[in-house]
Amino acid sequence: MGRYFSLSAASLLLASGHAGARSVLEPVGEEAQQIAVLFWVMLSGGALIWLGVVALLLHAALFKRHGMNERSASRIILWGGVVFPSVTLCALLAYALWLMPGLRPFTQAMGSTALRIEITGRQFWWEVVYHPPQGPPVTSANEIRLPVGERVELTLKSADVIHSFWIPPLGGKMDMIPGRTNRLSLLATKPGAFRGPCAEYCGTSHALMAFSAVAMEPEAFRSWLAGQANPAESAGASGGALFLRHGCGSCHFVAGTDARGLIGPDLSHLGSRITVGAGILPNTEDAIARFIARPELIKPGSRMPAFDMLPPDDIRAIAAWLRGLQ
Amino acid sequence: MRLIPKEVETLWTLFTAPVVWIAHFLVCYIGAAIYCAKPELVGLSFSAVRAGIAAATVIALSLIALSAWLAWRQWGFGTDDPPHDDPTSRDRSLFQGFATLLLSGLSFIAVIFTAMPALFLTECIR
Ligand code: HEC
Ligand SMILES: [Cu+2]
Repeated sequence: MGRYFSLSAASLLLASGHAGARSVLEPVGEEAQQIAVLFWVMLSGGALIWLGVVALLLHAALFKRHGMNERSASRIILWGGVVFPSVTLCALLAYALWLMPGLRPFTQAMGSTALRIEITGRQFWWEVVYHPPQGPPVTSANEIRLPVGERVELTLKSADVIHSFWIPPLGGKMDMIPGRTNRLSLLATKPGAFRGPCAEYCGTSHALMAFSAVAMEPEAFRSWLAGQANPAESAGASGGALFLRHGCGSCHFVAGTDARGLIGPDLSHLGSRITVGAGILPNTEDAIARFIARPELIKPGSRMPAFDMLPPDDIRAIAAWLRGLQ
Repeated sequence: MRLIPKEVETLWTLFTAPVVWIAHFLVCYIGAAIYCAKPELVGLSFSAVRAGIAAATVIALSLIALSAWLAWRQWGFGTDDPPHDDPTSRDRSLFQGFATLLLSGLSFIAVIFTAMPALFLTECIR
Protein backbone atom coordinates (compact mmCIF):
# COMPACT_ATOMS: atom_id res chain seq x y z
CA MET A 1 0.00 0.00 0.00
CA GLY A 2 2.98 2.22 0.63
CA ARG A 3 3.33 3.26 -2.94
CA TYR A 4 -0.04 5.01 -2.90
CA PHE A 5 1.29 7.27 -0.24
CA SER A 6 4.51 8.52 -1.69
CA LEU A 7 4.31 11.78 -3.52
CA SER A 8 7.37 11.72 -5.68
CA ALA A 9 8.79 14.86 -7.11
CA ALA A 10 9.31 12.97 -10.34
CA SER A 11 5.61 12.44 -10.90
CA LEU A 12 4.95 16.10 -10.22
CA LEU A 13 7.50 17.13 -12.81
CA LEU A 14 6.13 14.60 -15.22
CA ALA A 15 2.63 15.93 -14.81
CA SER A 16 3.58 19.54 -15.38
CA GLY A 17 5.84 18.66 -18.29
CA HIS A 18 3.07 16.62 -19.80
CA ALA A 19 0.73 19.54 -20.23
CA GLY A 20 3.35 21.63 -22.01
CA ALA A 21 4.67 24.35 -19.71
CA ARG A 22 5.12 26.98 -22.42
CA SER A 23 6.01 30.48 -21.36
CA VAL A 24 4.49 33.86 -22.13
CA LEU A 25 7.35 34.43 -24.54
CA GLU A 26 6.18 31.66 -26.88
CA PRO A 27 2.66 32.94 -27.51
CA VAL A 28 0.12 30.90 -29.46
CA GLY A 29 -2.83 33.14 -28.74
CA GLU A 30 -3.70 36.62 -29.99
CA GLU A 31 -3.80 38.20 -26.52
CA ALA A 32 -0.51 36.63 -25.44
CA GLN A 33 1.04 37.71 -28.75
CA GLN A 34 0.23 41.37 -28.07
CA ILE A 35 1.47 41.11 -24.52
CA ALA A 36 4.71 39.49 -25.70
CA VAL A 37 5.28 42.34 -28.18
CA LEU A 38 4.59 44.85 -25.41
CA PHE A 39 7.15 43.04 -23.28
CA TRP A 40 9.85 43.18 -25.95
CA VAL A 41 9.16 46.86 -26.66
CA MET A 42 9.43 47.68 -22.95
CA LEU A 43 12.55 45.54 -22.54
CA SER A 44 14.43 47.03 -25.48
CA GLY A 45 13.31 50.57 -24.63
CA GLY A 46 14.39 50.09 -21.03
CA ALA A 47 17.71 48.61 -22.12
CA LEU A 48 18.40 51.56 -24.45
CA ILE A 49 17.63 54.10 -21.74
CA TRP A 50 19.76 52.20 -19.25
CA LEU A 51 22.68 52.12 -21.68
CA GLY A 52 22.24 55.85 -22.31
CA VAL A 53 22.28 56.66 -18.60
CA VAL A 54 25.33 54.47 -17.97
CA ALA A 55 27.15 56.01 -20.94
CA LEU A 56 26.39 59.49 -19.59
CA LEU A 57 27.60 58.45 -16.17
CA LEU A 58 30.87 57.06 -17.54
CA HIS A 59 31.33 60.14 -19.68
CA ALA A 60 30.88 62.39 -16.66
CA ALA A 61 33.10 60.29 -14.42
CA LEU A 62 35.94 59.67 -16.86
CA PHE A 63 36.13 62.61 -19.22
CA LYS A 64 34.42 65.59 -17.67
CA ARG A 65 37.12 67.18 -15.57
CA HIS A 66 35.41 70.55 -15.27
CA GLY A 67 31.95 71.47 -14.12
CA MET A 68 29.35 72.52 -16.62
CA ASN A 69 28.09 76.05 -16.77
CA GLU A 70 24.70 76.56 -15.20
CA ARG A 71 22.89 77.29 -18.45
CA SER A 72 23.74 74.04 -20.16
CA ALA A 73 23.20 72.09 -16.92
CA SER A 74 19.68 73.50 -16.67
CA ARG A 75 19.10 72.68 -20.29
CA ILE A 76 20.13 69.07 -19.73
CA ILE A 77 17.78 68.84 -16.76
CA LEU A 78 14.92 70.35 -18.73
CA TRP A 79 15.28 68.11 -21.80
CA GLY A 80 16.64 64.96 -20.21
CA GLY A 81 14.77 65.14 -16.93
CA VAL A 82 11.43 66.64 -17.86
CA VAL A 83 10.66 66.61 -21.56
CA PHE A 84 12.13 63.22 -22.46
CA PRO A 85 10.50 61.23 -19.62
CA SER A 86 7.14 62.96 -20.11
CA VAL A 87 7.08 62.28 -23.83
CA THR A 88 8.31 58.68 -23.40
CA LEU A 89 5.77 57.91 -20.69
CA CYS A 90 3.05 59.49 -22.76
CA ALA A 91 3.94 57.32 -25.75
CA LEU A 92 4.11 54.15 -23.64
CA LEU A 93 0.78 54.94 -22.01
CA ALA A 94 -0.80 55.55 -25.39
CA TYR A 95 0.56 52.25 -26.70
CA ALA A 96 -0.76 50.27 -23.70
CA LEU A 97 -4.15 51.98 -23.83
CA TRP A 98 -4.35 51.39 -27.55
CA LEU A 99 -3.89 47.65 -26.89
CA MET A 100 -6.65 47.48 -24.30
CA PRO A 101 -9.80 47.34 -26.44
CA GLY A 102 -8.22 44.49 -28.43
CA LEU A 103 -7.46 42.55 -25.28
CA ARG A 104 -11.05 42.87 -24.07
CA PRO A 105 -13.18 42.72 -27.19
CA PHE A 106 -16.71 42.47 -25.89
CA THR A 107 -18.60 44.44 -28.48
CA GLN A 108 -21.87 43.34 -30.00
CA ALA A 109 -19.76 41.57 -32.62
CA MET A 110 -19.21 38.68 -30.26
CA GLY A 111 -22.88 38.35 -29.50
CA SER A 112 -24.33 34.94 -28.78
CA THR A 113 -22.57 33.11 -31.58
CA ALA A 114 -19.44 32.55 -29.54
CA LEU A 115 -18.68 29.71 -27.20
CA ARG A 116 -18.69 30.81 -23.58
CA ILE A 117 -16.82 28.90 -20.92
CA GLU A 118 -17.69 29.54 -17.31
CA ILE A 119 -14.83 28.76 -14.93
CA THR A 120 -15.16 28.84 -11.15
CA GLY A 121 -12.07 28.72 -8.97
CA ARG A 122 -12.30 26.63 -5.80
CA GLN A 123 -9.73 25.61 -3.24
CA PHE A 124 -7.91 23.94 -5.03
CA TRP A 125 -9.49 23.06 -8.35
CA TRP A 126 -11.49 24.53 -11.23
CA GLU A 127 -15.09 23.91 -12.20
CA VAL A 128 -15.58 24.30 -15.94
CA VAL A 129 -18.93 24.67 -17.71
CA TYR A 130 -19.12 25.01 -21.50
CA HIS A 131 -22.02 27.02 -22.88
CA PRO A 132 -22.05 26.32 -26.62
CA PRO A 133 -24.19 28.65 -28.78
CA GLN A 134 -26.52 25.71 -29.35
CA GLY A 135 -27.25 22.80 -27.09
CA PRO A 136 -27.19 22.31 -23.34
CA PRO A 137 -24.25 23.29 -21.10
CA VAL A 138 -21.51 20.71 -20.56
CA THR A 139 -19.79 20.41 -17.18
CA SER A 140 -16.19 19.37 -16.66
CA ALA A 141 -13.30 20.24 -14.36
CA ASN A 142 -9.59 21.00 -14.26
CA GLU A 143 -9.20 21.07 -18.02
CA ILE A 144 -10.19 23.69 -20.57
CA ARG A 145 -10.46 22.94 -24.24
CA LEU A 146 -11.00 25.54 -26.90
CA PRO A 147 -11.18 25.67 -30.67
CA VAL A 148 -8.27 27.17 -32.60
CA GLY A 149 -9.04 30.34 -34.56
CA GLU A 150 -12.30 31.12 -32.78
CA ARG A 151 -12.74 33.76 -30.13
CA VAL A 152 -13.94 32.26 -26.87
CA GLU A 153 -15.41 34.18 -23.99
CA LEU A 154 -14.47 33.11 -20.49
CA THR A 155 -16.57 34.11 -17.48
CA LEU A 156 -14.46 33.82 -14.36
CA LYS A 157 -15.85 33.38 -10.85
CA SER A 158 -14.75 32.16 -7.47
CA ALA A 159 -16.61 30.13 -4.88
CA ASP A 160 -14.35 30.92 -1.94
CA VAL A 161 -11.25 33.15 -2.07
CA ILE A 162 -9.51 35.12 -4.80
CA HIS A 163 -7.88 32.97 -7.48
CA SER A 164 -6.40 34.10 -10.74
CA PHE A 165 -6.81 32.56 -14.16
CA TRP A 166 -3.83 32.41 -16.50
CA ILE A 167 -2.81 30.41 -19.54
CA PRO A 168 0.62 31.95 -20.19
CA PRO A 169 0.93 31.19 -23.93
CA LEU A 170 -2.70 32.15 -24.63
CA GLY A 171 -3.56 35.10 -22.39
CA GLY A 172 -4.55 36.39 -18.96
CA LYS A 173 -4.07 36.84 -16.08
CA MET A 174 -7.49 37.72 -14.78
CA ASP A 175 -8.51 37.51 -11.15
CA MET A 176 -11.44 35.36 -10.02
CA ILE A 177 -13.12 37.30 -7.22
CA PRO A 178 -15.91 35.99 -4.96
CA GLY A 179 -19.19 37.72 -5.75
CA ARG A 180 -17.98 39.08 -9.08
CA THR A 181 -17.94 37.85 -12.64
CA ASN A 182 -14.88 38.82 -14.62
CA ARG A 183 -14.64 38.33 -18.33
CA LEU A 184 -11.71 37.35 -20.47
CA SER A 185 -11.55 36.63 -24.14
CA LEU A 186 -9.04 34.30 -25.79
CA LEU A 187 -8.20 33.39 -29.34
CA ALA A 188 -5.83 30.46 -29.76
CA THR A 189 -3.84 30.52 -32.98
CA LYS A 190 -2.23 27.07 -32.87
CA PRO A 191 -3.26 23.70 -31.48
CA GLY A 192 -1.43 22.42 -28.42
CA ALA A 193 -1.67 21.54 -24.76
CA PHE A 194 -0.59 24.03 -22.12
CA ARG A 195 -0.46 24.36 -18.38
CA GLY A 196 -2.45 27.06 -16.60
CA PRO A 197 -1.42 27.83 -13.02
CA CYS A 198 -3.51 29.60 -10.42
CA ALA A 199 -1.83 33.03 -10.30
CA GLU A 200 -3.07 34.39 -6.97
CA TYR A 201 -2.16 32.86 -3.62
CA CYS A 202 -5.32 31.11 -2.44
CA GLY A 203 -4.27 28.81 0.41
CA THR A 204 -2.02 25.93 1.38
CA SER A 205 -2.16 24.11 -1.94
CA HIS A 206 -2.17 27.19 -4.16
CA ALA A 207 1.01 26.03 -5.91
CA LEU A 208 -0.72 22.71 -6.62
CA MET A 209 -3.73 24.32 -8.26
CA ALA A 210 -3.39 24.22 -12.01
CA PHE A 211 -5.25 22.99 -15.05
CA SER A 212 -4.48 21.85 -18.53
CA ALA A 213 -5.59 23.90 -21.49
CA VAL A 214 -5.96 22.24 -24.87
CA ALA A 215 -6.38 24.16 -28.11
CA MET A 216 -7.92 21.89 -30.75
CA GLU A 217 -8.86 22.15 -34.41
CA PRO A 218 -12.49 23.38 -34.51
CA GLU A 219 -13.88 20.14 -35.98
CA ALA A 220 -12.11 17.99 -33.41
CA PHE A 221 -13.24 20.35 -30.69
CA ARG A 222 -16.87 20.13 -31.69
CA SER A 223 -16.94 16.35 -31.79
CA TRP A 224 -15.09 16.24 -28.47
CA LEU A 225 -17.66 18.58 -26.90
CA ALA A 226 -20.54 16.52 -28.30
CA GLY A 227 -18.95 13.43 -26.73
CA GLN A 228 -18.66 15.20 -23.37
CA ALA A 229 -22.36 15.95 -23.40
CA ASN A 230 -23.15 12.24 -23.14
CA PRO A 231 -22.33 9.81 -20.31
CA ALA A 232 -19.10 7.87 -20.80
CA GLU A 233 -18.98 4.09 -20.98
CA SER A 234 -16.41 2.45 -18.78
CA ALA A 235 -15.51 -1.20 -18.44
CA GLY A 236 -15.11 -2.48 -14.89
CA ALA A 237 -18.67 -1.85 -13.75
CA SER A 238 -17.71 -3.20 -10.32
CA GLY A 239 -15.60 -0.06 -9.83
CA GLY A 240 -18.67 2.02 -10.59
CA ALA A 241 -20.70 0.16 -7.99
CA LEU A 242 -17.93 0.58 -5.41
CA PHE A 243 -17.74 4.31 -6.22
CA LEU A 244 -21.40 4.65 -5.27
CA ARG A 245 -21.22 2.26 -2.30
CA HIS A 246 -18.35 4.16 -0.68
CA GLY A 247 -20.19 7.44 -0.90
CA CYS A 248 -18.07 9.19 -3.53
CA GLY A 249 -21.31 10.21 -5.22
CA SER A 250 -22.20 12.56 -2.40
CA CYS A 251 -19.47 14.90 -3.58
CA HIS A 252 -18.85 13.92 -7.21
CA PHE A 253 -21.07 13.96 -10.26
CA VAL A 254 -20.76 11.18 -12.81
CA ALA A 255 -23.22 11.47 -15.69
CA GLY A 256 -25.37 8.41 -16.27
CA THR A 257 -24.98 7.15 -12.69
CA ASP A 258 -26.55 7.96 -9.34
CA ALA A 259 -23.51 10.04 -8.38
CA ARG A 260 -24.93 13.55 -8.22
CA GLY A 261 -22.66 15.38 -5.76
CA LEU A 262 -21.60 18.92 -6.58
CA ILE A 263 -18.93 19.54 -3.94
CA GLY A 264 -15.97 18.08 -5.84
CA PRO A 265 -14.96 18.02 -9.50
CA ASP A 266 -17.27 16.45 -12.08
CA LEU A 267 -15.74 13.06 -12.87
CA SER A 268 -18.00 12.11 -15.82
CA HIS A 269 -15.09 12.03 -18.25
CA LEU A 270 -12.13 11.94 -15.92
CA GLY A 271 -10.33 9.37 -18.08
CA SER A 272 -10.12 11.75 -21.03
CA ARG A 273 -8.26 14.49 -19.13
CA ILE A 274 -4.53 15.01 -19.35
CA THR A 275 -3.96 15.38 -15.62
CA VAL A 276 -5.52 14.39 -12.31
CA GLY A 277 -5.82 16.44 -9.13
CA ALA A 278 -6.03 19.81 -10.91
CA GLY A 279 -2.97 19.72 -13.12
CA ILE A 280 -0.52 18.01 -10.78
CA LEU A 281 -0.50 14.25 -11.52
CA PRO A 282 -0.36 12.37 -14.81
CA ASN A 283 -3.67 10.68 -15.56
CA THR A 284 -2.83 7.05 -14.74
CA GLU A 285 -4.72 4.48 -12.70
CA ASP A 286 -1.92 4.55 -10.22
CA ALA A 287 -2.10 8.31 -9.72
CA ILE A 288 -5.88 8.23 -9.37
CA ALA A 289 -5.59 5.46 -6.76
CA ARG A 290 -2.98 7.45 -4.83
CA PHE A 291 -5.17 10.53 -4.89
CA ILE A 292 -8.22 8.61 -3.61
CA ALA A 293 -6.29 6.99 -0.77
CA ARG A 294 -4.47 10.04 0.65
CA PRO A 295 -5.36 13.29 -1.11
CA GLU A 296 -3.87 15.41 1.65
CA LEU A 297 -0.44 13.90 1.00
CA ILE A 298 -0.63 15.04 -2.58
CA LYS A 299 -2.53 18.24 -1.89
CA PRO A 300 -2.38 19.55 1.69
CA GLY A 301 -5.57 21.33 2.71
CA SER A 302 -7.66 19.68 0.02
CA ARG A 303 -11.40 19.25 0.70
CA MET A 304 -11.30 15.66 -0.51
CA PRO A 305 -11.26 13.26 2.48
CA ALA A 306 -8.79 10.34 2.61
CA PHE A 307 -10.12 6.89 1.75
CA ASP A 308 -7.13 4.80 2.77
CA MET A 309 -9.39 2.79 5.09
CA LEU A 310 -10.91 1.14 2.01
CA PRO A 311 -9.47 -2.19 0.86
CA PRO A 312 -6.69 -1.48 -1.68
CA ASP A 313 -8.46 -3.66 -4.21
CA ASP A 314 -11.56 -1.48 -4.00
CA ILE A 315 -9.46 1.63 -4.57
CA ARG A 316 -7.79 -0.03 -7.57
CA ALA A 317 -11.15 -1.02 -9.03
CA ILE A 318 -12.56 2.49 -8.59
CA ALA A 319 -9.42 4.02 -10.12
CA ALA A 320 -9.62 1.68 -13.11
CA TRP A 321 -13.29 2.54 -13.60
CA LEU A 322 -12.63 6.30 -13.37
CA ARG A 323 -9.70 6.03 -15.78
CA GLY A 324 -12.05 4.27 -18.20
CA LEU A 325 -14.55 7.15 -18.21
CA GLN A 326 -13.23 8.63 -21.42
CA MET B 1 -10.98 96.80 -10.22
CA ARG B 2 -8.68 94.20 -11.70
CA LEU B 3 -9.91 90.70 -12.39
CA ILE B 4 -6.68 89.17 -11.24
CA PRO B 5 -5.01 90.88 -8.30
CA LYS B 6 -1.54 92.19 -8.91
CA GLU B 7 0.01 90.23 -6.11
CA VAL B 8 -1.28 87.23 -4.18
CA GLU B 9 0.48 86.81 -0.89
CA THR B 10 -0.87 83.46 0.31
CA LEU B 11 0.37 79.91 0.45
CA TRP B 12 -2.90 78.64 -1.08
CA THR B 13 -1.93 79.49 -4.64
CA LEU B 14 0.75 76.81 -4.34
CA PHE B 15 -1.92 74.10 -4.25
CA THR B 16 -4.21 75.40 -6.98
CA ALA B 17 -2.87 73.17 -9.75
CA PRO B 18 -2.75 69.91 -7.71
CA VAL B 19 -6.28 70.60 -6.46
CA VAL B 20 -7.47 71.00 -10.04
CA TRP B 21 -5.70 67.73 -10.87
CA ILE B 22 -7.49 65.98 -7.98
CA ALA B 23 -10.86 67.37 -8.98
CA HIS B 24 -10.37 66.37 -12.62
CA PHE B 25 -9.27 62.88 -11.59
CA LEU B 26 -12.33 62.39 -9.39
CA VAL B 27 -14.74 63.75 -12.00
CA CYS B 28 -13.34 61.39 -14.68
CA TYR B 29 -13.12 58.24 -12.58
CA ILE B 30 -16.30 58.64 -10.56
CA GLY B 31 -18.23 59.76 -13.62
CA ALA B 32 -17.12 56.78 -15.70
CA ALA B 33 -17.70 54.38 -12.79
CA ILE B 34 -21.24 55.59 -12.24
CA TYR B 35 -22.01 55.49 -15.93
CA CYS B 36 -20.65 51.97 -16.38
CA ALA B 37 -22.41 50.63 -13.28
CA LYS B 38 -25.80 52.15 -14.09
CA PRO B 39 -25.96 53.36 -17.70
CA GLU B 40 -29.77 53.53 -17.54
CA LEU B 41 -29.54 55.97 -14.61
CA VAL B 42 -27.55 58.47 -16.65
CA GLY B 43 -29.30 57.71 -19.91
CA LEU B 44 -26.46 58.88 -22.16
CA SER B 45 -24.23 57.09 -24.61
CA PHE B 46 -20.60 56.34 -23.91
CA SER B 47 -19.59 59.05 -26.39
CA ALA B 48 -21.31 61.55 -24.10
CA VAL B 49 -19.13 60.31 -21.26
CA ARG B 50 -16.04 60.77 -23.43
CA ALA B 51 -17.19 64.26 -24.42
CA GLY B 52 -17.71 65.05 -20.74
CA ILE B 53 -14.19 63.92 -19.95
CA ALA B 54 -12.89 66.03 -22.84
CA ALA B 55 -14.71 69.11 -21.51
CA ALA B 56 -13.47 68.51 -17.96
CA THR B 57 -9.96 68.13 -19.34
CA VAL B 58 -10.07 71.40 -21.29
CA ILE B 59 -11.35 73.25 -18.20
CA ALA B 60 -8.74 71.66 -15.93
CA LEU B 61 -5.87 72.38 -18.33
CA SER B 62 -6.98 76.02 -18.69
CA LEU B 63 -7.13 76.49 -14.92
CA ILE B 64 -3.71 74.92 -14.53
CA ALA B 65 -2.31 77.10 -17.31
CA LEU B 66 -3.71 80.15 -15.54
CA SER B 67 -2.15 79.04 -12.28
CA ALA B 68 1.14 78.49 -14.11
CA TRP B 69 1.03 81.98 -15.61
CA LEU B 70 0.37 83.54 -12.20
CA ALA B 71 3.24 81.52 -10.78
CA TRP B 72 5.51 82.60 -13.58
CA ARG B 73 4.62 86.19 -12.82
CA GLN B 74 5.24 85.67 -9.11
CA TRP B 75 8.61 84.17 -10.04
CA GLY B 76 9.39 87.39 -11.86
CA PHE B 77 9.13 85.76 -15.30
CA GLY B 78 12.35 83.90 -14.66
CA THR B 79 14.61 86.90 -14.23
CA ASP B 80 16.21 85.36 -11.14
CA ASP B 81 17.67 81.90 -10.96
CA PRO B 82 17.01 79.50 -8.11
CA PRO B 83 17.84 78.67 -5.36
CA HIS B 84 15.86 81.44 -3.73
CA ASP B 85 17.15 80.75 -0.26
CA ASP B 86 17.92 84.15 1.25
CA PRO B 87 15.88 84.95 4.35
CA THR B 88 14.07 87.80 2.62
CA SER B 89 10.45 88.23 1.74
CA ARG B 90 11.44 88.72 -1.91
CA ASP B 91 13.19 85.36 -2.03
CA ARG B 92 10.31 83.69 -0.24
CA SER B 93 7.93 85.01 -2.86
CA LEU B 94 10.20 83.95 -5.75
CA PHE B 95 10.64 80.52 -4.22
CA GLN B 96 6.91 80.08 -3.92
CA GLY B 97 6.39 81.24 -7.48
CA PHE B 98 8.95 78.80 -8.81
CA ALA B 99 7.55 75.88 -6.75
CA THR B 100 4.03 76.69 -7.94
CA LEU B 101 5.24 76.75 -11.54
CA LEU B 102 6.81 73.29 -11.20
CA LEU B 103 3.70 71.88 -9.53
CA SER B 104 1.59 73.33 -12.33
CA GLY B 105 3.76 71.54 -14.89
CA LEU B 106 3.39 68.25 -13.05
CA SER B 107 -0.38 68.67 -12.73
CA PHE B 108 -0.69 69.56 -16.41
CA ILE B 109 0.97 66.31 -17.50
CA ALA B 110 -0.98 64.32 -14.89
CA VAL B 111 -4.31 65.65 -16.15
CA ILE B 112 -3.40 64.63 -19.69
CA PHE B 113 -2.46 61.12 -18.51
CA THR B 114 -5.71 60.83 -16.58
CA ALA B 115 -7.75 61.73 -19.61
CA MET B 116 -5.88 59.59 -22.14
CA PRO B 117 -7.87 56.35 -21.65
CA ALA B 118 -10.95 58.19 -22.93
CA LEU B 119 -9.16 58.56 -26.28
CA PHE B 120 -8.95 54.80 -26.75
CA LEU B 121 -11.84 53.22 -24.86
CA THR B 122 -15.14 53.26 -26.67
CA GLU B 123 -17.29 51.25 -24.26
CA CYS B 124 -17.48 50.10 -20.68
CA ILE B 125 -15.17 47.13 -20.33
CA ARG B 126 -16.09 44.65 -17.63
C1 HEC C 1 -16.39 15.45 0.94
C2 HEC C 1 -16.52 15.43 -0.47
C3 HEC C 1 -15.77 14.35 -1.25
C4 HEC C 1 -15.92 13.00 -1.19
C5 HEC C 1 -16.82 12.19 -0.25
C6 HEC C 1 -15.06 12.45 -2.21
N1 HEC C 1 -14.41 13.45 -2.86
FE1 HEC C 1 -13.12 13.23 -4.40
N2 HEC C 1 -12.78 15.22 -4.40
C7 HEC C 1 -13.39 16.14 -3.58
C8 HEC C 1 -12.83 17.44 -3.82
C9 HEC C 1 -13.22 18.73 -3.13
C10 HEC C 1 -11.85 17.27 -4.82
C11 HEC C 1 -10.92 18.34 -5.41
C12 HEC C 1 -9.63 18.29 -4.64
C13 HEC C 1 -8.61 19.28 -5.12
O1 HEC C 1 -8.13 19.13 -6.24
O2 HEC C 1 -8.34 20.22 -4.37
C14 HEC C 1 -11.86 15.87 -5.17
C15 HEC C 1 -11.04 15.33 -6.17
C16 HEC C 1 -11.12 14.00 -6.57
C17 HEC C 1 -10.39 13.46 -7.69
C18 HEC C 1 -9.49 14.23 -8.63
C19 HEC C 1 -10.37 14.87 -9.68
C20 HEC C 1 -9.69 15.55 -10.82
O3 HEC C 1 -10.39 16.30 -11.53
O4 HEC C 1 -8.51 15.40 -11.05
C21 HEC C 1 -10.73 12.14 -7.77
C22 HEC C 1 -10.24 11.15 -8.80
C23 HEC C 1 -11.65 11.86 -6.70
N3 HEC C 1 -11.88 13.03 -5.98
C24 HEC C 1 -12.21 10.64 -6.43
C25 HEC C 1 -13.02 10.35 -5.34
C26 HEC C 1 -13.45 9.04 -4.99
C27 HEC C 1 -13.14 7.79 -5.77
C28 HEC C 1 -14.20 9.17 -3.87
C29 HEC C 1 -14.85 8.07 -3.05
C30 HEC C 1 -13.98 7.02 -2.61
C31 HEC C 1 -14.25 10.58 -3.53
N4 HEC C 1 -13.51 11.27 -4.45
C32 HEC C 1 -14.94 11.12 -2.47
C33 HEC C 1 -14.39 15.90 -2.68
C34 HEC C 1 -14.81 14.63 -2.30
CU1 LIG D 1 -6.20 29.28 -6.54
